[in-house]
This record gives sequence, structure tokens and C-alpha cells, in this order.
Amino acid sequence: MDKNQLNQHREVLLRYALLHLRNEAAAEDAVQETLLAALQPSEGFRNESALRTWLIGILKHKIVDHHRAAEKLHWLEEHCDCDDNDPNVAIEKLIFNDKGHWIGTPAAWKEPDHAFEKNEFWQIFDWCQKNLPEQHARAFMLREMVGLETEAICQDMNISHSACRVYLHRARLGLRECLEQRWFNANESL
Amino acid sequence: MKNCKEISELLSESMDRRLTWRERWAVRIHLSMCRSCQRFQQQIGFLGKAADRYKPKD
Repeated sequence: MDKNQLNQHREVLLRYALLHLRNEAAAEDAVQETLLAALQPSEGFRNESALRTWLIGILKHKIVDHHRAAEKLHWLEEHCDCDDNDPNVAIEKLIFNDKGHWIGTPAAWKEPDHAFEKNEFWQIFDWCQKNLPEQHARAFMLREMVGLETEAICQDMNISHSACRVYLHRARLGLRECLEQRWFNANESL
Repeated sequence: MKNCKEISELLSESMDRRLTWRERWAVRIHLSMCRSCQRFQQQIGFLGKAADRYKPKD
């Protein structure tokens, strides 16, 4: 495997590892080990996306190794039960009425991009993200932080396409609501 | 006509795939009349940008 070709995937792998390890040094190590493992001779890949899937496969093992060492394996082993009894259905019930109208209209956010420069915003973003149901947060972060396509997310999380769509929608509803209440509305009153 | 909940689903999906012609049309008509969904659209775009810049912590 060619080094430059592998390095193109480094950023995505690092984000993936950060999402699961939440520790930069450990994430760097896992990615480094993955890239080293991938340098071993192996069959060619049809395209970059097949290569990426394969790299993430290796990375997952490295991450599991790390968690095992840290006795946190259960974190990764949680599987979704994406059926209708899902208690998280409630989020839609809180946000839309029976007719599908917004119960509380989304507020206008003033110059939202300025928030990126504030540390407090990132603390709140972190808090909001961690307070989503875990599977929803995971789907959302795989999509928006890691940058995976939905197909890859379904595979990674071992869920159906429709579950994936629902998780992403609920994550966005929940995160939007949380940021509005804890950041945008809170700052308004300062 | 689609309601806000259904439009919000399509808006969320539009972040992840290209909507069909028909879906885009339904969204466009709805957005022309609904400020709440216009805001939702902008705000989920913001969520994506934020997640892209986010660095997880312990």
C-alpha cells in the first residue's frame, strides 16, 4: 500500500478515532497503528471508498484494543434496538404537535458563527452532544464530524437505512433545541 | 401538502443526500411560506459546521 494514498485518509480516521476514544493522544496512536498495519502488502482496492472502509475496519480493532485495555469495552458493544418502542420517539412529540407544526418556533440565531470563537460555546456544544441519546449522537458525529456517507454509517452502526435517517433527524432536532436553549437564548438575555 | 415535521425530515436528509426533484419542490414551496422551517434549515447547516470544527474532550 502506498503511503501517500493512505495519508489522504488520515484526517477522517483521526476524527473517527477521536469520536470513539475522546483522547487525542490515544486517537493519534490508534491511527498510526492502523496506517502501519495497512502498509503491509494487501490486495488492491476498487476505489478510495473501499479503501476507507477497510481502514476503518482496522481502526475499529485498534479502538477496541484500547477500550479493552481501559475496560470500557461495553461502550462500543451497545447495539441499537431501532424499533418503535424506542423511548427517544419522545423528541418529536416535544417539538411538533399532532398536526406536525412546530410547538415552539425555532428562534432567530444572531450571528451564529461568532460562537465558534468562544470556549463556552464549545463546552455547551460538548454537553449538548453528550446529552443526546448515544446512538443518535454517534450517527450525527459520524456524519458531520467524521464525514462519512450515510451508507457507511449504516454499516458502521449495523443499522438500517431508515433507522440511520431517523437518528440523524432526531440528533439534529435535539442538538438544535439544546443549543438554542443553552447558548443562543441564554446569550440573548445577557 | 407536507407539514413542518415532514419538511424538517427532508431538510435533515438534504444534508446527507441529494433530494429528488419532487422533494426539492415540496421543500421550496413550504419554505416560501414558513419562517420556522427556514430557520431550521439554516440552523442544521450551522450544526454541521460546528461538528466539523468540534474536538471531543474527555
